[in-house]
Amino acid sequence: MSLVPLRQAIASFVHDGDTVALEGFTHLIPHAAGHEIVRQGRRDLTLVRMTPDVVYDQLVGMGCARRLIFSWAGNPGVGSLHRVRDAVEHGWPAPLAIEEHSHAAMAAAYTAGASGLPFAALRGYAGTDLPRHNANIRWVTCPFTDERLAAVPALRPDVTVIHAQQADESGHVRLWGIVGVQKEAALAAKRLLVTVEEIVERFDAPDIRGPRGRDAVVVLPSWTVHAICRAPGGAHPSYAAGYSRRDNAFYTAWDRISRDRETFLGWMREHVMERRGEAADHA
Amino acid sequence: MHDREATAEEVMTVAAARTIRDGVVCFVGIGVPSAAANLALRTHAPNAVLVYESGVIGARPAVLPLSIGDGELVEGALAVVGVPEMFAYWLQGGRIDVGFLGAAQIDRFANLDTTVLGDYERPTVRLPGAGGAPEIAAAARETIIVMKQSPRTFVERLDFVTTVGHASGGRSRDALGFTGGGPSRVMTDLGVLVPDPVTRELVLDGVHEGVTVEQVRQATGWSLRVSTDVRTLPAPSREELAVLRDLEDRTRAVHSAPLG
Repeated sequence: MSLVPLRQAIASFVHDGDTVALEGFTHLIPHAAGHEIVRQGRRDLTLVRMTPDVVYDQLVGMGCARRLIFSWAGNPGVGSLHRVRDAVEHGWPAPLAIEEHSHAAMAAAYTAGASGLPFAALRGYAGTDLPRHNANIRWVTCPFTDERLAAVPALRPDVTVIHAQQADESGHVRLWGIVGVQKEAALAAKRLLVTVEEIVERFDAPDIRGPRGRDAVVVLPSWTVHAICRAPGGAHPSYAAGYSRRDNAFYTAWDRISRDRETFLGWMREHVMERRGEAADHA
Repeated sequence: MHDREATAEEVMTVAAARTIRDGVVCFVGIGVPSAAANLALRTHAPNAVLVYESGVIGARPAVLPLSIGDGELVEGALAVVGVPEMFAYWLQGGRIDVGFLGAAQIDRFANLDTTVLGDYERPTVRLPGAGGAPEIAAAARETIIVMKQSPRTFVERLDFVTTVGHASGGRSRDALGFTGGGPSRVMTDLGVLVPDPVTRELVLDGVHEGVTVEQVRQATGWSLRVSTDVRTLPAPSREELAVLRDLEDRTRAVHSAPLG
């Protein structure tokens, strides 16, 4: 299996200018990988994510991104993403172009990407102002019913990064709980990097944590995965069902940390830049 | 319990909860809609099926989730599906009775803005964006909107149409190819507005106890139409208030607790 240190995986798989998707719908957000991208100083990334939250606030605030493709940008239940807003509204620390969709469209675009199709169709967007500000929302006529439907191009990230609960010794990956759009984002990508809580011998071992065997979970077989990195706790402040709880107090605290540029930079220096991350160096 | 008088937000939440009929399948937005739906589940609608866009079907959370993807939502739920499946099979497939939404701004035809206040390129306030709302309002059999009423939120003209309600009124929504019926009522901290069956313009249909029609007019950014027979909505019962306050107290305790 391709078990590598996180530092090496980011260095090999995430390049300046890449289109990168860090997915995880509230649950299993790959924060440790996001921090390593920041530490390695990646620039000019096109960041893709349905719900850019704290992880993209950090990447944008540290100047890693040039463009953001998203459908809902906020700190859920708390408020704004102050770093994303500062970049969009004032170009700090770098200008950020945005391409804005709805959830249904992003989910459909990842599905099209995973299916090797050029676009996705959906019944939506009609009558809204979104198509006027996003040239990637267009219209198609169904050849069978003549219905007019919205179309969006497939999402095909250069690299998708996800966090999962487990990989086994053969390099298969599985996740459970709220599985979001990770399966589609993973299979839509040219390269897939997965950080995991734990490496287990086999998913059907009698004392396995989480559901036993391969039932009711997303399994990404080893041949779809380009690198696996051990990163216990690597979703924090998001969580990994079966391993940790969502740190809601941190999400609330982030509002204050991120509001001010200097406070934000100080926090990132102390908690990200000067901390190499236990997982970063070890396989 | 302490018989503290109900706040305007509590009155709104309880009135919104009462719109959830027992047994309906309800796609729930975060915030007040989520509080109202969970109150309904614990009072008059124990068989309502709460659906969250994170993929959770039949959620029965012990406390209110801070985000739509909190672990609390999974425990006790009927099923958890992927997000593409949620939007494709369950929402666009026509399996949702009620879409339950909030918004930053609304117009007289119940179109919603959750994208920007001011100009799109140079906004005065940048809001989170569309999320699930456009397709929820397009596909749910009916949409119920919950939001506080003021001249800043009930506006003559939206700065940005994120989500279509009844478009430009009359039968204009029908031309858009949506399968859902659109907004059926708007629950606010002052009362309830329902669309006129022909023009589809929102009409004031009821007010909360102690609220005057004039107050509602003052809190509306357009010339508000008022039903000839405005009713006074029943006040929250002691039981509803007790259940809501207990839920919110326990929610605050859980969300502010540091991880051990």
